[in-house]
Amino acid sequence: MSEISWNYLLPALPEIFLALAGLVLLIVGVFRGNEGTRTICWAVIGSFAVAAMLLLGLEWTEVRSFNNMFILDGFGAFMKLLILIGLMASLAISIRYLYQENIVRFEYPVLVLFAGLGMMMMVSANNLLTLYMALELQSLALYVLASIRRNHVRSAEAGIKYFILGALGSGMMLFGISLIYGFTGSIDYDVIGATLAAQETSAIGLIIGLVFLLVALAFKISAVPFHMWTPDVYEGAPTSVTAFFAMVPKLAAIAVLIRLLYGPFESIMPEWQQIIWFLAAASMILGAFAAIAQSNIKRLMAYSSIGHMGYALIGVAAGTQEGVASVILYLTIYMIMSAGAFSFILMMRRGGIAVNNIEDLAGLSKNSPMTAYAMAIIMFSMAGIPPLAGFFGKFAIFDAAISSGMITLAVIGVLTSVVAAYYYIRVIKVMFFDEAVDPFDNQIAFTKRIVLLMSVLFLVLFILAPQALVKTSMSAASSLF
Amino acid sequence: MIDFPILSLMIALPLVGALFILMIRGDDAENNARNAKFTALYTTLFNLALAVYMLGRFDGTTADFQFVENHEWLPAMGLSYHIGVDGISVFFVALAAFLTPVCILASWVSVKDRVKEYMIAFLVLETMMIGTFVALDSILFYVFFEGVLLPMFLIIGVWGGAARVYASFKFFLYTLLGSVLMLLAILTLYFQVGTTDITVLMENPVPRDLQMWLWIAFFASFAVKMPMWPVHTWLPDAHVQAPTAGSIILAGVLLKMGGYGFLRFSLPMFPEATAYFAEFVFWLSVIAIIYTSLVALVQDDIKKLIAYSSVAHMGFVTLGIFTATTQGIEGGIFQMISHGLISGALFLAVGVIYDRLHTRDISRYGGIVKNMPKYATVFMILMLGAVGLPGTSGFVGEFLTLLGAFEVNTTIAVLATTGIVLGAAYMLVLYKKVIFGEGTNDDALKMKDINARELGLFVPLVALILWLGIAPGFILDRIAPSVDKLILQYEAGLVPREATPNNIEPAAGQTIMILQQERPSYE
Repeated sequence: MSEISWNYLLPALPEIFLALAGLVLLIVGVFRGNEGTRTICWAVIGSFAVAAMLLLGLEWTEVRSFNNMFILDGFGAFMKLLILIGLMASLAISIRYLYQENIVRFEYPVLVLFAGLGMMMMVSANNLLTLYMALELQSLALYVLASIRRNHVRSAEAGIKYFILGALGSGMMLFGISLIYGFTGSIDYDVIGATLAAQETSAIGLIIGLVFLLVALAFKISAVPFHMWTPDVYEGAPTSVTAFFAMVPKLAAIAVLIRLLYGPFESIMPEWQQIIWFLAAASMILGAFAAIAQSNIKRLMAYSSIGHMGYALIGVAAGTQEGVASVILYLTIYMIMSAGAFSFILMMRRGGIAVNNIEDLAGLSKNSPMTAYAMAIIMFSMAGIPPLAGFFGKFAIFDAAISSGMITLAVIGVLTSVVAAYYYIRVIKVMFFDEAVDPFDNQIAFTKRIVLLMSVLFLVLFILAPQALVKTSMSAASSLF
Repeated sequence: MIDFPILSLMIALPLVGALFILMIRGDDAENNARNAKFTALYTTLFNLALAVYMLGRFDGTTADFQFVENHEWLPAMGLSYHIGVDGISVFFVALAAFLTPVCILASWVSVKDRVKEYMIAFLVLETMMIGTFVALDSILFYVFFEGVLLPMFLIIGVWGGAARVYASFKFFLYTLLGSVLMLLAILTLYFQVGTTDITVLMENPVPRDLQMWLWIAFFASFAVKMPMWPVHTWLPDAHVQAPTAGSIILAGVLLKMGGYGFLRFSLPMFPEATAYFAEFVFWLSVIAIIYTSLVALVQDDIKKLIAYSSVAHMGFVTLGIFTATTQGIEGGIFQMISHGLISGALFLAVGVIYDRLHTRDISRYGGIVKNMPKYATVFMILMLGAVGLPGTSGFVGEFLTLLGAFEVNTTIAVLATTGIVLGAAYMLVLYKKVIFGEGTNDDALKMKDINARELGLFVPLVALILWLGIAPGFILDRIAPSVDKLILQYEAGLVPREATPNNIEPAAGQTIMILQQERPSYE
């Protein structure tokens, strides 16, 4: 008996470890109070590292557990690894910021940990209820994080906004789940998939249920037209939280989207393909045009992330294994670019105060040329200019789109990428072409510099050996087919 | 043959130099700047030596690709690091390797601000330029072709003139807009034929309907880069605002990427579409030649005038290329090389007086033949080269393209020939206004004649312009086999399908199927 239960628990070992670590750290935090925040931050990063090790130690072949409610496969494992790396990077670059901005609370790292746990469960959910539970665990932690600077109006506003819209999204998801349950008689992915595959025509009620589910997920990845919260939350939340929001939760939400659409709902692909098609096109267009008018770099990154999700959705819409592989590659590169960009944004301080306006960057290339060049490389990469890694992400996406005949979407994609290039190079213009203003504070920003350096090195050197990552993304995608 | 990877070395060397400059540290800014300059100079000179060696070992009797390297790059997506040169590309590589040290020397004293970064930008630019001309994988080509934008954007934007921001944005976005459509076309080709290898793509023409779309997508990219009328408007802005060296490299090498692209992609891969659109391109070329020449006549900014003349000269290139005749194509290639040297040298000449007077306004000069006789001589040779006087390289290119055009379409050829007259008009007017005349501007009359460094820059350029004008065979002989092969490919793509469409279609379909099977699987 003991051996069976061990096999039961094994696939979820990283998650179980994280849950236990979270509980322990919470208790430690309560006893030590806010003085222990730095220690707990590093302990959480350590826990993520251990979870990543455990994940790497597991075999990435398809295993189901907990009565088919939990699945571990190549796709899930890779996405979880990516999420863990994003969590570690985003937390590491924000520790000093917490102290600078006087939001030293031990709950912060613990909430990040629980959000991370929720995301990992989302990726591995094989049952609509598991999915819902994991999503809520993640979302609730994120709501609190957005408003963690509770004496600050903008932060509280961001938290409330995010919470209300998020709750609406969760409600829609539950409603969608209930419809799907009603029309298929199950909440198990495999059973739903088998039922749908057996039906010749899909019931309209089921389609409506799917639409509700997609709306909820579109809200999480901030795809247009469910993006309204993103700029305000990005701007209002403390920058460290914004960095976290930009890097990680979207990975999990896209992973869920892919697992649902290419799992239980694969047989009704034409039905959802048009929805995703529209979300992708609308996100790319709005992300490109709305960002032009932004003067706050956090809002700019918000619109940029909306646009990037649009590109990722092209790969989802493609409906092929190639498409999924391209999404994985794209998200990996996107996360690394965001890590670098936010390390940079977190370094923007003048006279002890964080500054967020693009104009504040004027003449940065004179004052600190290396940082300016690093940011320029990240911006060029986000614009998808070769030979940087960002180009290869877009290349894979367009490749998938064209090979499944989605020419129109690809054309919209490349044209909006030109529009988007305008605002990315505008950041470079401010840094390089404008007259210098006062330099930023010269701070000891060891972790941020490391993350920035690693991000830039990855973006520049990716071209020399793209094969490894591309191959990994392909084998991760193949586990879904 | 050469037993070491000379082309890879030429691509990598500038990057190594750039890395080296990046690592220059020290408190003495002047010393750092000097080290950066010398590192850049030696690197580019070494690359030039490699290019000369490559030219010497280049076998001009065969149309095959030479110095070929083919390594796996991204096999999961069918991409390879496949590079090599043939008669069409070899001189462009040499041109890029030749003009980069010229640029470095041209900015030796005029660039005082952020010298390290400036040198790095030019070294990266050299890598991208050489890479563009040697790439034999279409995605590799695209990477280099687009990669040019990065350093060039910074060169114009950081070290440019007063309206540099506008010019750099216009340059960046115009060319990017053109290129992204080409990326989609490359991907469509990949999906159709199953490979991104240019040598394979050339031999597997796609169906006629698809050719039309792909041709338009490639045309959008190359036409902007050339630039052809009416998408040329970024060029005057970019030229006027760019620093001297930026203008040299822009006119000398970057504009040639468009023409090279037509030769490498449009003609061999989409022969039917090329034939279909040839007339259209002729008219665009003729409009470019006449219209931009007229515009050049009324310019009062020297750089703008030369920029418009570049558009006109590129009109001859597109005219020649799309005649798809031996003379036309050879003339087009020759005209590109010659224009690279002449316009590069002209921008250098403008830079010389700009450095002294800090204005590009023609009316601010005049009568400087008295105080700058050496300069006046050099400028005269360049001016005559731009006009296309026999004995200079400018004559050969224009003559051959017009010869090709006469074979195909007399009306077009006659109209294009009027462009030569107009060209003579604006260049002579420019020369008269700047060099001769009364000389009412005292400060212009006090300018010192060119110094040894500047003369040293002009001598090789002028010598090459004259030498190629007198002995064009050096280039023409070496490009002939490749051009013949190109025309053969082009005509092969046209004839069989028109004659026996039913016999050829299945065969072509079979190759496509076989190639698609080679597309990597995920297992």
